[in-house]
Amino acid sequence: MTLTKPLQDLGRYCVFMGKVFSIPEKWKIFFKRTINEISKLGIDSVPLVIIISVFIGAVITIQMKLNTSSPLLPAYAVGLTTREIILLEFSSTILCLILAGKVGSNIASEIGTMRVTEQIDALEIMGVNSACFLVLPKIIGFLLIIPFLCVLSMGTSILGGLGIAYFTDIISVSRFTYGLQSSFNEWYVWYSIIKSCVFSIIITSTASFFGYYVKGGALDVGKSSTRAVVNSSIFILFFDVLLTNLLLQ
Amino acid sequence: MIEVKNVVKSFDGKTILHNITCEFHKGKTNLIIGQSGSGKTVLMKSIVGLVTPEKGQILFDGRDRLTMPDKEIRNLRKEIGMLFQGSALFDGETVMGNVMFPLQMFSTMTPAEIRERAEFCIERVNLKGAGNKFPSELSGGMQKRVAIARAIALNPKYLFCDEPNSGLDPRTSILIDELLSDITHEYNMTTIINTHDMNSVLGIGENIIFLNKGHKEWVGKSSEIAGSTNEALTNFVFATNLFRKVRDYMNGK
Repeated sequence: MTLTKPLQDLGRYCVFMGKVFSIPEKWKIFFKRTINEISKLGIDSVPLVIIISVFIGAVITIQMKLNTSSPLLPAYAVGLTTREIILLEFSSTILCLILAGKVGSNIASEIGTMRVTEQIDALEIMGVNSACFLVLPKIIGFLLIIPFLCVLSMGTSILGGLGIAYFTDIISVSRFTYGLQSSFNEWYVWYSIIKSCVFSIIITSTASFFGYYVKGGALDVGKSSTRAVVNSSIFILFFDVLLTNLLLQ
Repeated sequence: MIEVKNVVKSFDGKTILHNITCEFHKGKTNLIIGQSGSGKTVLMKSIVGLVTPEKGQILFDGRDRLTMPDKEIRNLRKEIGMLFQGSALFDGETVMGNVMFPLQMFSTMTPAEIRERAEFCIERVNLKGAGNKFPSELSGGMQKRVAIARAIALNPKYLFCDEPNSGLDPRTSILIDELLSDITHEYNMTTIINTHDMNSVLGIGENIIFLNKGHKEWVGKSSEIAGSTNEALTNFVFATNLFRKVRDYMNGK
């Protein structure tokens, strides 16, 4: 019995995705909206990504130094482990969990407000496929910008770590840099980008789904926003396990 | 003309519309009136297709919307304009953007022609010069007029208005009523207005359908209301102090 509601939601999500992935009515308007979403969801997130990445990069470096201070480990291990953590988990999973909060709540509240103020009904009355019109540009736009955000996060996190090495005396810059460069596996960058792309679809589609089917008023829009963030975070963590198992075997 | 035949609609086992049959005439302002909760909005949403009735027929000039293939429904929707209770304007678009939207989506006009048509519609609803304003910068009455301009942009055959006077002062209500009536006659549209505003009923009601608890109670013209013996209708019409006092005055009390 407890499975009925989640299964119903899954079914509705599949039907909703079927409506979303339709051929846009006017390609010109679709491209215009997609560019707009890239700016709104992606470019506007750049300052947040930079701030979080710099500080987390710095913290990871300090933590690595404090927790790997063994004579058996070379000093450059700090740089190496910092890089691996950033590439493997932080710049994809943790970054997307943070973006699920910002982008997910933004999408759910925007579409939810359109629903309760009858703007979606107005689109439907005009004969517009509202799901495709509103959601597809968000999914495509965020999917196109997420690799850039992921790589930006990698770069700025490493800069954060380098900043710690430069401004403090816990590790020298040369040893940290040596650690960053040693045993580098290029696949880890692609692995991170692939994961981010999957997570971006989860964030935009889940948030859109919860916003699109909201019923009631302003209070319900807020609730749907929270549900969108919580559910997309859970799905991100689930797919993280799945993708890690698939891509790093 | 729109014909509704034996329409039944329930929500969670509770019947909201009981076997409704009525006609809405072309070139006339057709009003659905009744108390809150009488089923007016459900009936209108059933006609436009936002709600699917369990039983019955809804004929748009002889074409049954409930048995139409999807492609035909999409084409039919391009013949429909709708004014929502809360205007439902797109927040992120200017007045011009809102009015141009249906034209950009569905017409084959050039950008210059689209702009010209949008400017014409904005001027038609007496909002010349407001094209660059956003909905949040407009009063309730102006927002309603923008919504009317957007609804008529594609020259629809059918115009639906869900409580167009709600939240408006009496003067603005009359202006909106007159605008809807003028547009209906000018473009020979089938206009259906959902209202419980008695000024609208008496001012522009050419074909009135009175709903009571989901049943069709009465059909007639505004001039026939005063002489009606239907108790539910008279209770509804003379519910306001003003109309009660007018009736008492007319009766010499």
